[in-house]
Amino acid sequence: MFYREAGQFKTSYAADSAKFPIRQDLVAIWIYLAIGFLVIPVFGDKYFIEVIMIPFLVLALAAIGLNILVGYTGQISLGTGGFMGVGAYSCYKMATYFPDMNIIVLILLSGFFAAIVGVIFGLPSLRIKGFYLVVTTLAAQFFLEWAFIRIPWLYNYNDTGAINEITRESFGYIITGAQSDYTVKYLVVLSIVVGMTWIASNLISGRIGRSWMMIRDMDIAAELMGVRPLYAKLSAFAVSSFYCGVAGSMMVFFWQGSAEVEIFDYNRSFQILFMVILGGLGSLLGSFLGAAIIFILPIIIRAAPDYGIPIQAATADHISLIIIGVLIVVFLILEPLGLARLWGIIKQKLRVWPFPY
Amino acid sequence: MNVHDTVLSAAMDDGIAPGEELLHVDNISLSFGGVKAITDVSFDILKGEIRAIIGPNGAGKTSMLNVINGFYHPQEGTITYRGEERRRMRPYQAASSGISRTFQNVALFKGMSTLDNIMAGRTLKMHKNFFWQMWRHGPALAEEIEHRKVVEEIIDFLEIEAIRKAPVGTLPYGLQKRVELGRALAAEPSLLLLDEPMAGMNLEEKEDMSRFIIDVNQQYGTTIALIEHDMGVVMDLADRVMVLDYGKKIGDGLPEEVQKNQDVIDAYLGVSH
Amino acid sequence: MELFNQIFVDPFVTMYELPDLLLQTLWEGFVSGTLYSLIALGFVLIFKASSVFNFAQGIMVVFAALTLVGLHELGVPAYLALLLTLGVMYLLAFSVERLVLRHMVNQPDIILFMTTIGLTFILIGAGELVFGGEPKAMITEELGLPTGSSDWDVFGGIVIFQHIDIAAAVIAFLLILGLAIFFNKTRIGRALRAVADDHQAALSVGISLNQIWVIVWFAAGIVALATGIMWAAKSDVSFALQVVALKALPVLVLGGFTSIPGAIVGGLIIGFSEKLFDLYWGVPILGGGTESWFAFIVALLFLLYRPEGLFGEKHIERI
Repeated sequence: MFYREAGQFKTSYAADSAKFPIRQDLVAIWIYLAIGFLVIPVFGDKYFIEVIMIPFLVLALAAIGLNILVGYTGQISLGTGGFMGVGAYSCYKMATYFPDMNIIVLILLSGFFAAIVGVIFGLPSLRIKGFYLVVTTLAAQFFLEWAFIRIPWLYNYNDTGAINEITRESFGYIITGAQSDYTVKYLVVLSIVVGMTWIASNLISGRIGRSWMMIRDMDIAAELMGVRPLYAKLSAFAVSSFYCGVAGSMMVFFWQGSAEVEIFDYNRSFQILFMVILGGLGSLLGSFLGAAIIFILPIIIRAAPDYGIPIQAATADHISLIIIGVLIVVFLILEPLGLARLWGIIKQKLRVWPFPY
Repeated sequence: MNVHDTVLSAAMDDGIAPGEELLHVDNISLSFGGVKAITDVSFDILKGEIRAIIGPNGAGKTSMLNVINGFYHPQEGTITYRGEERRRMRPYQAASSGISRTFQNVALFKGMSTLDNIMAGRTLKMHKNFFWQMWRHGPALAEEIEHRKVVEEIIDFLEIEAIRKAPVGTLPYGLQKRVELGRALAAEPSLLLLDEPMAGMNLEEKEDMSRFIIDVNQQYGTTIALIEHDMGVVMDLADRVMVLDYGKKIGDGLPEEVQKNQDVIDAYLGVSH
Repeated sequence: MELFNQIFVDPFVTMYELPDLLLQTLWEGFVSGTLYSLIALGFVLIFKASSVFNFAQGIMVVFAALTLVGLHELGVPAYLALLLTLGVMYLLAFSVERLVLRHMVNQPDIILFMTTIGLTFILIGAGELVFGGEPKAMITEELGLPTGSSDWDVFGGIVIFQHIDIAAAVIAFLLILGLAIFFNKTRIGRALRAVADDHQAALSVGISLNQIWVIVWFAAGIVALATGIMWAAKSDVSFALQVVALKALPVLVLGGFTSIPGAIVGGLIIGFSEKLFDLYWGVPILGGGTESWFAFIVALLFLLYRPEGLFGEKHIERI
């Protein structure tokens, strides 16, 4: 009823090409941001922020990264976990070598290392398409996993083979390490995720994003329109891996605390891919929705005994695997563009409600 | 026809006077493995004309267009475009030298809107780099809007205002062909290649499309090479016609001449070789 | 210079000095190569008939083995369990066709591929839910498969042949022979080849695509079961095997997605080369464990050089 565009006339092309052409959407975004930045830090408890919000945001960022590659450029990748790992390990090494550097700067810098590795493993995409790319990105995944174990230099030769977060201050707050305050961590993560989402949305709505989508929809026609496949594909690999890399280092420094190679294994790659598929290929909103469903569903199912449903933890995990698998199949059959598309349909219905014709 | 037209046509000037040679194809031969698609074909396209390429199915017409815009690389022969000889080039290089085209089977970007598809045609004209794009507001947005104006002109010209925001995958075939023409026009080509622009259309749609092709040619002075099966359309539109059969050139000249050519009549009636 | 030696001299010296070790490694490479070939074969069957890139093929191997062992644990005699497992694999093929493929006609290949990833997770979840997640031992003896090993004294050393490995090679050979006969001599096989060639044309001469899909998925299921038994006899039945099963992908890259001989040759190449590389180069220079990625990197390099695979034809793009 209140969701209407009637009376909102666009008087310039700038207004017409704005990301939220309908005013109510823009208002909604500001409300979400207010909830994220003000309400949750004040009212959210430690469990909610540390166990749900921070991981959700980190995974959503990785999903955005993968969505740029799969959803916007049409290059399928199963190497996400590896690229996230590159971010995490490079951040850890930099934090060791430059103890005085602001950790937030290092986290953002770590994205560049991931981007470089992403471009190297993206090179085959210039000659091959589709399923073949699955193989080369899996090559990245398995090779990187191996490197994280077999190159002790990466984890400073410590006995556990794991990397541990280092306590760091910035702007007078301890933001990483055991003594850090969860609200501060949360605000840092949220700021990075919001900022990077904004940048992603800028890229996508401009020339570069368009050239990605051209490659995705019809690569031959794109090339005949003057898109250079080399630049378009490799820039997508670079940006995508940058996002995954930053997500990876945030995963270690703000969420897990320490990391062994297992958190960057190929299961992580699948998890992120599922977020992208369920949420919606080629949708930033979808990356958040997908991350929410895939990450939170197992938590809810595992909490079933608390509500009196007697299932064991292992069984709960199996059930969530099945549910996620079924959701993927059902979504791909019924709505290949995912939750974001469903949301779009609901909004469209709302716009014309109650007179659909 | 409408007030904005000047913006586009001014930009299409490539320094070659009307009537001079824009493209010259010299003894081109193309084969795939053992199959010869084109055998020793030469012809030219003059600035400002509408040049039709006709021939029975499998005559090598589309292959010829593919050679011109660098998608196929001929084994023999050369192509002289705007006075420069070239033998091998990548499709994006052809695009940046002002050759733009439409496709036999519509090759639109199905996941994008009409507007984005035509904006896609502007890719080569946009230069704001990655860092401006990241920020978007400011120069990148200004550039975007500047090009949006050109695109809106094309949308007006092709009378597709109503489907501006529609995803092209959902449009009827005739409109898709029109959007594809718009995308090719957006690149402000000096040479526009149209591969069966009217295939599968009804009479009304054909008339619309013919009108657009003539308008493009006359208002913007764009040189057009087109493949078409509808002889009526070809005879009406084309200034000169080349006929291919089994990859060989069997006729070339004014429409009336070609119509009388015995080889051409034989090829179409299927006289055995 | 030391590195030069390590790469170009030392491995060959070792091979020369310890020929029994070389022979043993080659044998092991051959055995795992056969198994890779079998998994790849399942992929190729499905890809040819329905152009679905079935990511779940590796899981079907584990799922089949798990069902077999799980049923036996529930007290079903071994051979009956084998039959029942075949039934389960048929049921799986049938439901995949009925519930998934039938609804996905005309979807882009990449969507179909992602659907099979979804299927993978359903199978993992279902398998673990029903039969438990802990590793199980394969019922090798109950199925009448040979155990134990023979030593062969040669070159002043011994080479050990596990009997189960020999059986695996023989069974793989018979399976491939059977499939070849099935494809070339039967009516259904002819229909299958017709479908592989051109879906539309096959439909137009009255071949039922749906029926063909069930058959190829079932055939892939049988291959998966055979692979699962052999493989699990060497290690254990557990979903950790799926990582190994992924190696069928580089095999396919080498052999081409539609070529059965390609799958076999590709599997053997990968099997031999990864064992040799790890022993002679991986362990001394890189610290070992290279088997996890070697096949993939080989595939990657190969793709850069020859994107259409060993046996695939060069594809001419048309617009």
